[in-house]
Amino acid sequence: MPELMLDGRHLQVNEGTSVAAALALGGDGCSRTSVTGQRRAPLCGMGICQECRVTIDGRRRLACQTLCRDGMQVETRP
Amino acid sequence: MKHYADLLIIGAGPAGISAALAAAPSGARIVLLDDNPLPGGQIWRDGPGAHLPRQARTLRQRLDACSNIRIHPATRVIASSGPKQLLVEDPEHGWLISYDKLILCTGARELLLPFPGWTLPGVTGAGGLQALIKGGLPVHGETLVIAGSGPLLLASAASAKQHGAQVLRIAEQASRSAVAGFAAQLPRWPAKLLQSLRLFDLQYRTASHVLGALGSDRLEGVRLQQQGKIVELPCQRLACGFGLIPNIQLGQALDCAIEGQAIAVDAWQACSRADHYAAGECTGFGGSELALVEGAIAGHAAMDERQAAQQLWPRRARWQGFAKALNNAFALDPQLKALAQPDTLVCRCEDVPYAALTEHHDWRSAKLATRCGMGACQGRVCGGAVQHLFGWPAAAPRPPFSPARIETLLCLDEQSAP
Repeated sequence: MPELMLDGRHLQVNEGTSVAAALALGGDGCSRTSVTGQRRAPLCGMGICQECRVTIDGRRRLACQTLCRDGMQVETRP
Repeated sequence: MKHYADLLIIGAGPAGISAALAAAPSGARIVLLDDNPLPGGQIWRDGPGAHLPRQARTLRQRLDACSNIRIHPATRVIASSGPKQLLVEDPEHGWLISYDKLILCTGARELLLPFPGWTLPGVTGAGGLQALIKGGLPVHGETLVIAGSGPLLLASAASAKQHGAQVLRIAEQASRSAVAGFAAQLPRWPAKLLQSLRLFDLQYRTASHVLGALGSDRLEGVRLQQQGKIVELPCQRLACGFGLIPNIQLGQALDCAIEGQAIAVDAWQACSRADHYAAGECTGFGGSELALVEGAIAGHAAMDERQAAQQLWPRRARWQGFAKALNNAFALDPQLKALAQPDTLVCRCEDVPYAALTEHHDWRSAKLATRCGMGACQGRVCGGAVQHLFGWPAAAPRPPFSPARIETLLCLDEQSAP
């Protein structure tokens, strides 16, 4: 079972869990802050809308198309 | 890194998998790209919350058994970098891939229409919620409302219930007579009839649509127009999608003709550009059965196996009939154009409200003045919405088609270096 860090908090999830699901399992489900300061969460779930973009190990990635891996650092408030 | 494929297939959903398997016995070098971490597309998305049907597992095993099919998961097309050459990127690398034949199996996305509160956390697409649940999103013990249009609403509700959610309402915008008329035709496709009986839900209401998502920091409830009455339901999630629209962007970028809102194809699934084919939802919404047979026709046709392709035409015609019945029944009510209020955000990337768009006559003018459609999703969400709301057609995309890394873009430079 992969163990990752979500906004500095430790989280363990089932194998094959998407980072988008991990946001809800280990936090409030939000992924980013919009240009006018609103918090947003995954919307389309299939790699289209870009609402779920988060920073994973320093790179901007889509949470819904990324699977959780051991040691991942996920940030929603970079 | 430079690559070559005799046959390059973009999209590993039912159409792409079927195309690869049809073409594989020819011995061609086949490359199958998909932006998701695993093949299967949306309908056969795998994950801790997914139950793959046997057909999907069998097709995946057959793919794995073909040594001449190379699958690149989590890979996006970034640009068209030359004649029959694409720039692509996965989480680690960017590279150029040249091809002789190409099959576009880029699928469809949900039509997401703006309504008050739709940007609140807790609001997702209808298929979006199903995809997130398959990926492990916990919904156990949550209350939710599903709204929008099409059979996907029932499929999404079934997934949520399986995972312990309480579905308070399924609001279908189409009229009762339209849905009943569609249901009456289902015996023509017995498998679909069985599926619809299995998915039936007592909370299903026709002639009903969302008016707004309620809440301040996250979703707390939903206001619905339900068969003429206004109803408010407290809930934790709203899953709302108004049917599917074909993903045509890559086809447009490759100069393939567009007809209606889909990539135009002939009886061989061939596009207007030679050696380019398209199959599945990107050629018009029709479901996985149609996608499978179109994919197989495209795979055979691309390998010049005309007879094998032609043998599949009757099967395609049968599922085209289903697609036509479906699209007629769930046509969108013009009332839905009035959901957005002046302060409702239409472009979620650049936070552009509806009121800022109404003074413009086309998307280009709106883009230049407001940045609508110029954010990270490149108009993939608001483009569908403004086409529905104002009738502005989707412009051909410009590279990069998706946000890309600088190192990936540098591959273009290496190519032009002496």
